[in-house]
Amino acid sequence: MLRNLLVIGVLVIVLTCTVSGQQRPVAFINARIIPIVGAPIEQGVLIIQNGKITAIGDARTVRLSSDVQTIDLAGKVIMPGLVDTHSHIGGPAGADSTAPIQPDVRILDSLNPRALSIQRAQAGGITTANVMPGSGHLDSGQTLYLKLRDDPVKIDDLLILDKNGKYMGGIKFANGTNSIRSGGGSFPGTRAKSAALVREQFIKAQEYRDKISKAGSDKTKLPPRDLAMEALVEVLDGQRTVHFHTHRHDDIVTALRLSKEFGFRIVLQHVSEAWKVADEIAKAKAPSSIIMIDAPGGKLETMDVDYKNGAALEKAGALAGFHTDDGVTDSRWFLRSAGLAVRAGMSREKALYGMTMANAVMLELQDRIGSLEVGKDADVIVLSGDPLSVYTHVEQTWIEGKKVFDRSDPKDRVYATGGKGASDDGDAHSDIHCFDGDLGGGN
Amino acid sequence: MLKVKGKKAKFVLTAMLLLISGFCLMPTAYGQLAVKGETVWTMAGEPIKDGVVLINGGKIEKVGPASSTQIPPNYRVLSAKVVTPGLIDAHTVIGLNGYLNQPHDQMALDGGASFQPELRATDAYNAEEKLVEVVRQYGITTIHTGHQPGALVSGQTMIAKTWGKNVDEATIVPTAMIAVTLGSGANASGRSPGTRAKQVSMLRAELIKAQENEAKTEKAKDLKSLIMARVIKREIPLLITAEAAQDISTALRIAKEFNIRIVLDGAADGHLIANEIKASGFPVIVHATMARPGGDRANLSVENALKLRAAGIPIALQSGYESYVPKTRIVLFEAAMAAANGLSQRDALASITIDAAKLLGIDSRVGSIAVGKDADIAMYDGDPFEFTSHCTGTIINGVVVSEVIK
Repeated sequence: MLRNLLVIGVLVIVLTCTVSGQQRPVAFINARIIPIVGAPIEQGVLIIQNGKITAIGDARTVRLSSDVQTIDLAGKVIMPGLVDTHSHIGGPAGADSTAPIQPDVRILDSLNPRALSIQRAQAGGITTANVMPGSGHLDSGQTLYLKLRDDPVKIDDLLILDKNGKYMGGIKFANGTNSIRSGGGSFPGTRAKSAALVREQFIKAQEYRDKISKAGSDKTKLPPRDLAMEALVEVLDGQRTVHFHTHRHDDIVTALRLSKEFGFRIVLQHVSEAWKVADEIAKAKAPSSIIMIDAPGGKLETMDVDYKNGAALEKAGALAGFHTDDGVTDSRWFLRSAGLAVRAGMSREKALYGMTMANAVMLELQDRIGSLEVGKDADVIVLSGDPLSVYTHVEQTWIEGKKVFDRSDPKDRVYATGGKGASDDGDAHSDIHCFDGDLGGGN
Repeated sequence: MLKVKGKKAKFVLTAMLLLISGFCLMPTAYGQLAVKGETVWTMAGEPIKDGVVLINGGKIEKVGPASSTQIPPNYRVLSAKVVTPGLIDAHTVIGLNGYLNQPHDQMALDGGASFQPELRATDAYNAEEKLVEVVRQYGITTIHTGHQPGALVSGQTMIAKTWGKNVDEATIVPTAMIAVTLGSGANASGRSPGTRAKQVSMLRAELIKAQENEAKTEKAKDLKSLIMARVIKREIPLLITAEAAQDISTALRIAKEFNIRIVLDGAADGHLIANEIKASGFPVIVHATMARPGGDRANLSVENALKLRAAGIPIALQSGYESYVPKTRIVLFEAAMAAANGLSQRDALASITIDAAKLLGIDSRVGSIAVGKDADIAMYDGDPFEFTSHCTGTIINGVVVSEVIK
């Protein structure tokens, strides 16, 4: 029954397209498909058209129409495009050094859409990224959810729009030592002060919101516009997710406490010591975005960072995904995160979910990306082999039905391997200060 | 007092005695071990299927196929899917730099002056540093470590085993090389050098001074002169970190002018001037495969090791110096990424075993599983390069130093 419906469905779609003269459908055939939602399909067929997935299934169930353009991917593996919940590609900078909390600044106004770091991220199979300002502030500004589309003329060409046509993004917060500055004027000197300063601003935002709602339709009673307060009100109203940089177990719990107190939507970022408080994270139903670092330390609050965070969060029943924090780790090797998580005990399924669907959920894009399902964006990567093997390369990256990276094209290949022309735009790590501030520019 | 009563108590007592004797023996005694591997990469020939390595007195006693290698009855038997020689990290700074990244544990660079060849790595090496333990758990048994890049001449390097309670137990070569940096990393703030030309001028002046000193009958005996004399006499090489092509060429030019030995380090642009490097005859310790591109490393390629090796240049791989995170890279992972990008599995493994040993001049002791060599062994439950494989044990000088599943 289901099989028949699928066949009919595909036929209907194909017919419709022929009639309306839309883009020719493309069918990826003979690959092993890992749809993330649903079981892997050994000899799969994936059909995309007009930027969307129109059919997915087994070679025996999905029929190909006569006008379909087929791409034979025998021996290859197809997955959804990877979603990076924490990146600094495009050399963005958010808050300046004048204050510890700056919700008004936007990555929208800062990112270079033509940066080669974006090309390199495509080469790593990343199709969607949350690009953020750094962690040298309690709040360093508004983040931006981007599709890494090809040939952008301006930043607008990379934006993801919500139902109301508004570009999507979150806001970056941080606790722990990065935002603490001894003798730093308005900056905090302790962890308690850090939390107090954040609490103070959210209380102000609550009052600002109350004034607006009291004013009702009487515009004369509206408070003067305040860009910082407007952003924080969006946070209070659940329209803007807080991406909370946090490493040590007690800092993680503090972030959860603030989230509960003000009712904001949170994604815990980095979570170096998640394995110590996995049950608390699960109980709070907070998602975690994990960074995978090859050795402990680098700073005191990450002395116990461990590959086992993924396994610990999975065991606790918490939603967990991974991020690059590019250039702290390199977008080109993002799939390594899943491999190393499995090394440390995470299940294969959850590790791959943590590269895709879990991250789509964290960015509230679960209806559009993160899995290969009919109706979703045609964000697809083609791999030379198993996604968890070191020997596997990303061979193709497709975003919304358009191929944006092809390893067999020498121009693209250099973005994957490095070499002359891969990173000469000077952006390689110009403004990385998220995991900390020592790699590049100031805080 | 312990009351001995009945069978149970006797058993407990025996167990305790065994435990105590076990603890006493473990760290010091050279055990008799047999390591069985479904694949044994000896790096002294083709890998052996179903091989056995016998270890006695801290040395390799015998290696061969299980069918023809009898395991004596009193040997402790360890088994693994894949057995390799203990891995060698051809250039790191761990032990001098620690994992906390606090001022008290960052000892690989003194910012006080630009020319300090007299600084000895052995005066700074902390054998019990956490990062030494971390790399040991991945099967790395030998490290070439020391002063980091970041000054024209930052100090000496040394070679150590990743074990021991102190530097004396760990050290196998106290002064291996002198760390030199050329390019943007060598510039100092507030003093010279401030340009590439100045760097070379200063370095040449020091080498000329050392040459002149060597020609004197009454030689200067200050610490700088003593160590530089060893460079002029070709006893120890300069380890010249040079990433950009122009800096690599400069390093080769200086080596020729003064007839000294050098080892090129990093060499991100190496693949662009492989012929020139090959003609010089000098080896390259290639940057970490996953090192970040940018700056002097703008042209960094994951295929650099492959291309240099293909050009006939002796190479080894390294974890390198990291200022932040990861505080150290794991050279096993860097070799794995090189293997994923064209280097054959054998050549990638060689770059962290026998080829590294040859480059460092320690191949008579380590780098392969051969009779008479140090019993340094790494064990894995699958292809050592795969993300999902684990190191299951590490042996140094015939002692099992790690059995953590890592």
